[in-house]
Amino acid sequence: MREPPGARAAPIAGSRPNWAGFAIPLQESDTMADVVVEQGHTVSAARARKPTSLRNILGRKSTVAFMLTLPLILLVGLLVLYPALYSVHLATLNKSMQKFVALGNFQFLFKRDTFWMVVKQSCIFALTAVFFKALIGFIVAHFVHNIPGKKQRKWRGMLLVPWVIPPAMSTLAWLWLFDPSYSAFNYTLSLFGIGPVNWLGDTFWARFSVILVNVWYGAPFFLIMYLAALKSVPDQLYEAAAIDGANWWQKIWYVTLPMMRNIIAITALFSLIVTFANFDIVRILTSGGPLDKTHLFATWAFKVGIEGSDIPLGASVSLFMVPILAIAAIFILRDVSKRGNEA
Amino acid sequence: MADVSLRKVVKRYDDVEAVRGIDLDISDHEFIVLVGPSGCGKSTTLRMIAGLEDISDGDIMIGGDIVNDVPPKDRDIAMVFQNYALYPHMTVAENMSFGLRLKHYPKAEIKARVTEAARLLDITDLVDRKPKQLSGGQRQRVAMGRAIVRNPKVFLFDEPLSNLDAKLRVQMRIEIKKVHQKVRTTTVYVTHDQVEAMTLADRVVVMNRGRIEQIGTPNELYHKPATRFVAGFIGSPAMNFIPCRLEDVGGSLQIRLTDRIAFALPAARAARYNALPRTDKLLLGLRPEHLTESHAHHGPGIESFDTVLDVTEPMGMETLVYFGLDGTPVCGRVDPNAGATDGAPMRLAMDLNNMHLLNEETGVVL
Repeated sequence: MREPPGARAAPIAGSRPNWAGFAIPLQESDTMADVVVEQGHTVSAARARKPTSLRNILGRKSTVAFMLTLPLILLVGLLVLYPALYSVHLATLNKSMQKFVALGNFQFLFKRDTFWMVVKQSCIFALTAVFFKALIGFIVAHFVHNIPGKKQRKWRGMLLVPWVIPPAMSTLAWLWLFDPSYSAFNYTLSLFGIGPVNWLGDTFWARFSVILVNVWYGAPFFLIMYLAALKSVPDQLYEAAAIDGANWWQKIWYVTLPMMRNIIAITALFSLIVTFANFDIVRILTSGGPLDKTHLFATWAFKVGIEGSDIPLGASVSLFMVPILAIAAIFILRDVSKRGNEA
Repeated sequence: MADVSLRKVVKRYDDVEAVRGIDLDISDHEFIVLVGPSGCGKSTTLRMIAGLEDISDGDIMIGGDIVNDVPPKDRDIAMVFQNYALYPHMTVAENMSFGLRLKHYPKAEIKARVTEAARLLDITDLVDRKPKQLSGGQRQRVAMGRAIVRNPKVFLFDEPLSNLDAKLRVQMRIEIKKVHQKVRTTTVYVTHDQVEAMTLADRVVVMNRGRIEQIGTPNELYHKPATRFVAGFIGSPAMNFIPCRLEDVGGSLQIRLTDRIAFALPAARAARYNALPRTDKLLLGLRPEHLTESHAHHGPGIESFDTVLDVTEPMGMETLVYFGLDGTPVCGRVDPNAGATDGAPMRLAMDLNNMHLLNEETGVVL
């Protein structure tokens, strides 16, 4: 062995339980593992010991690879695949969960105006919120990027606060700010002779408010991602552009944006999915009101599924997000992989 | 095309003076190389000419106009960066034409200029590729092409060959020289490599600690360095500096290197150094090629002495020999067939006709 024994012992020790069950003496399993890692020697070493077929199978590189990824496979299977398939199963049952109704739940949903309103509101909510989060994140990232040295760390820390506070908590603070009679917002507006605005009671303002809070909560994430992307653009590209005659807007358009394209796309996709599936902000701020006008898929699914005791229908509502998000993901990721070859 | 002048140009970063008052006149068509060790202010000077750094004090003139407060885009310059700074999302042609497109040149002219530059640099086949698909040397050509199509008043090169391997560097060096012969644009070129400086420049500017040590043609710098820094920086292997003092022996002037070794100075040198005080601490500056095997060279001013070699480095066309004179390491260049071996005694000759005498304290060549 060229390496000191300790260097290789660590990863092997971790995978030892996989072999222990097959009653291979500990000493031998150690050498075995070494053989496995050194590909060229596997066959000859195994043949010399006249191995059983079990050992042969265990000795294969693919087997070891599978064993090592097994914990993750189990985790994904248990926490992602099973719930997903189970909700598909649920969506095919009737309200009492006794009878198989196939696509009956969906047929029922398509006939309800509230459902289509939720589809529309979810789209408006997600697209508007992501757009403003991206825009604000992009602009603020430029400001922060130009703050020198240590001060930048302070600003970065402070600007991340909305994203770090649990949204359920911060939304409660917003709820108070939006209060129609005692709130800071309406008081401030009253000083200018405006209002009072019925923030959460009026359809337009309620929709505005949930989007505002979502933007406030999510923009720091964009800020951090864009800041990292900005830092990865070499200064010399801007200098070359400056010499080539680009003004600040042309530098952003021809250098910054193309260089950040992938980050912008991935961040937007990621945020689109999370925003589309948002629950806590709407639930706490409006509970979907007034008149279900601010419901999103998740909050409405909760309402009909848990509060309305029709779990199959709730599952059907939330399942409806899958095709919409899948289409968005395909479009954006296709562009990313196409562009990824250039940078 | 234009001349460039720097008048007492200073660059301060907080308390540190990176460039401490530089005066430099670059005439039209000239190829000037700024050379010096890292941190000597050469890149800062170039960036100030480009307008990428503000000038703390002094004036920079391009084509007779003071450009201190003119932004880079209005200075009509082109710059080639060390890491090429090509736009990764644009093709070679788009990279090269970017500046022209921003200035809204007619499409036909852009195409003509790009084609011409690509032909000049031998990258015609590559114009539709992205920078990622190019080798280092090709990227460097594209970066140069981007500069050429602009047809600017001044080319600025910031260590353009540092990222290339040794062989390619030599090749691109010749390439750059050829391009300059064809295009004849005033060029300021920054490098830390004295070989690049010597081979490319019409005039070399040697910088050290934010100041200009000497300006001159490559030959002037090599044969008549003004300071110890220039003498030691230009030439490889570097010039030897051997502590010595002057002595009067029977009416003639001699130079004493060690207790054992002292040589009479050639007449011309003796006349030049005669006025110096005998007490000064001096350094004998002698290039390795003027320290050779004894039997090959005879004549006035060539003095032989015996020494024991520490190390020898056979280079093929020559062998470098290293030995000590009273603890001072000295390097000489001998014929590969002179029989130099590690640890063996050898008789060497110094050519004092090519010596330099330096003041050890001030570093000035006397």
